[in-house]
Amino acid sequence: MPRDSIVLLGVNHKTTPLEIREKLALSGGYEDPLQALASIDGINEHYLLSTCNRVEVLYTTAKPVETKHKVLNFLFGDAVPEKDLDKYVYHYDNEEAIQHLFMVASSLDSMIVGEAQILGQLKEAYRYASEQKTSGLILNKLLHKSFFVAKRVRTETQIGASAVSISYAAVELARKIFGQLDNKSVMLVGAGEMAELAAEHLVGQGVANVVVANRTLERAVKLARRFNGQAVSLDELIDQLEHVDIIISSTGATGTILSKEDVKPVMRERRNRPLFFIDIAVPRDLDQNINDLDNVYLYDIDDLNNVVEMNRAERDREAVKAERIVAEETLKFSTWLDNMEASPTIVDLRKKADEICRFELEKTLGKMTDLGPKEQKSLEKMASAIVAKILHNPMQFLKTENSRGVDRRERINIIRDLFQLDDQNDSRKT
Amino acid sequence: MSYLLFQISFVVYFLAMSAYIVFFVSQKGNVRQVARRIFLGAGLLHTFNIIFRYLEAGHTPITSQHETVSFFAWSIAWCYLSFRWRYTVKNLGTFVSVLTVILMFIAALASREILPLIPALQSWWLPFHASVSIVADGFLALACIGGIMYLLQEREIKRKRFGLFYSRLPSLEALDKLNHHCLSVGFPLLTLGIISGSIWAKQAWGAYWHWDPKETWSLITWFLYAALVHQRFTIGWRGRPAAIMTIIAFLAVLFTLWGVNYLLGGIHTYAS
Repeated sequence: MPRDSIVLLGVNHKTTPLEIREKLALSGGYEDPLQALASIDGINEHYLLSTCNRVEVLYTTAKPVETKHKVLNFLFGDAVPEKDLDKYVYHYDNEEAIQHLFMVASSLDSMIVGEAQILGQLKEAYRYASEQKTSGLILNKLLHKSFFVAKRVRTETQIGASAVSISYAAVELARKIFGQLDNKSVMLVGAGEMAELAAEHLVGQGVANVVVANRTLERAVKLARRFNGQAVSLDELIDQLEHVDIIISSTGATGTILSKEDVKPVMRERRNRPLFFIDIAVPRDLDQNINDLDNVYLYDIDDLNNVVEMNRAERDREAVKAERIVAEETLKFSTWLDNMEASPTIVDLRKKADEICRFELEKTLGKMTDLGPKEQKSLEKMASAIVAKILHNPMQFLKTENSRGVDRRERINIIRDLFQLDDQNDSRKT
Repeated sequence: MSYLLFQISFVVYFLAMSAYIVFFVSQKGNVRQVARRIFLGAGLLHTFNIIFRYLEAGHTPITSQHETVSFFAWSIAWCYLSFRWRYTVKNLGTFVSVLTVILMFIAALASREILPLIPALQSWWLPFHASVSIVADGFLALACIGGIMYLLQEREIKRKRFGLFYSRLPSLEALDKLNHHCLSVGFPLLTLGIISGSIWAKQAWGAYWHWDPKETWSLITWFLYAALVHQRFTIGWRGRPAAIMTIIAFLAVLFTLWGVNYLLGGIHTYAS
């Protein structure tokens, strides 16, 4: 009995342009597509993952070639010509499919490597598949394993630990300076898009109060309203420094708008509570020497870029470690699959031996009526010990990894022939 | 018996330190759990050591060099443990365990002989004055460690070059808070220690103050901390200057505790 193949078909942000991904015939939820896949002849177990960056179908089948066409047909319909599909759709079998799934789960295949969101999406997709009972023995085990791999990667590497975008880097720095960000206030000087994004992140991290200072008050008021904050004019900048903790500056000014001498007296008023300046304007808005003041920290766009670069290099190093973990787990899972294949034979073999053993024991014990219970026990023990010892080598022969060139399928056949496992089954049936 | 306990607790502190260092480098949560438990175990063993030493000596075991340093290590360990109860400062344990091991090592080198108490020290002021002073030093040591951690972390943030410490040390705010808490406990205890010592001096030697080197230096130490605390509370001194001041003041503590005995002598010198 040959084992089913595991097949994975999918498109993601790397292989497939958005125009093609948009044509996928997946409407909203998971229920309908899962049902539709279930009706395809030849698919045994299946599961479907659909996120904004990828769509993947994973299934087991005895007929990989026929089912592939049917699945692709279901996914794309007539929207994409068949010859184009090969270009866009990736197709993995067995071990490769397992490895790919593990990579996805551990966020090694994501647009932002290391982001944790994908695991949640994977779990949700699996929940639908298991509720609809479209996943069975193999996929259940495989998906649970993929969650486990993701967890291992997360705990054993630092892959998700560092900020790889400028606004994240700014938030991370703010946390290192202020600890908790609740009850802190941020001031946006100039209302650019980048400043807005950074402010959004900070508010997401609990920053309570947003002040917007801008040349045109109208724009300031508009942006302030978005964050439920207040708008001030640029002339009040220095007065405001007394009340805010984080300043994100992004004006289009050609010269500096704040000098060290402006900030120094403010620190006295602030009783030395720290100030964190983020200057993302080009040319720079803030005097570089501000960073020399005690309890004042100034990062400009290049500094932040350096942080991001450093984190990225670190993350790439960690990714190598993570890929090693994935490879390890893929191997383990493949072994499990192979054993699955051998296990019916192991069961049959043991059953046959046990039957012979029991039959002979009953025969013998029936004749020896004068034996006490203790002696009977000893005889039974001896008989099953003999069976176990004789079976030991054939069992090893089935299970072993190191087969000296004999294919597992062939070894299974040898054992079935030798012990006439199939003949016995047939004769019992008739 | 007490010496055996001392040795065991020394070894266990050492194990805790090793575990903490492994945690510091690897940042694996389960290693920290292990390190914490070992450190707590060491602290308990050390407590038994001091109790047994008390029973064997028949007086408070804070008179000889060995006893004082060992008690100092004990108070740092327990100041830290009592702190952990209330709030955590990331990776503080690593630094504390290193300092504790160093002190235990110094204590191990000093003579462990139990000497009869000289008459001047035979007073119930001994346990009070000595333990309060040294527990105060324990908190001040913790403040100093906080200061060192602050400077390490601040350096990396200011220079914008992130190395070993940036991700491993807590936020500047947390470290400054640690400094604040330790000072607000340590400074009153230090004051209490000096006042109790002065009252005891009146009873034992007939005058409140002798300008003996140890007394002079503890006064200098007190002034350093008083200045620091004053600046903190009035003009909101914090951050780097406060951290540097904390470290300098703690060096004065160490000098008062040891330097004075070796370099300047005086009536405070323990049996040596």
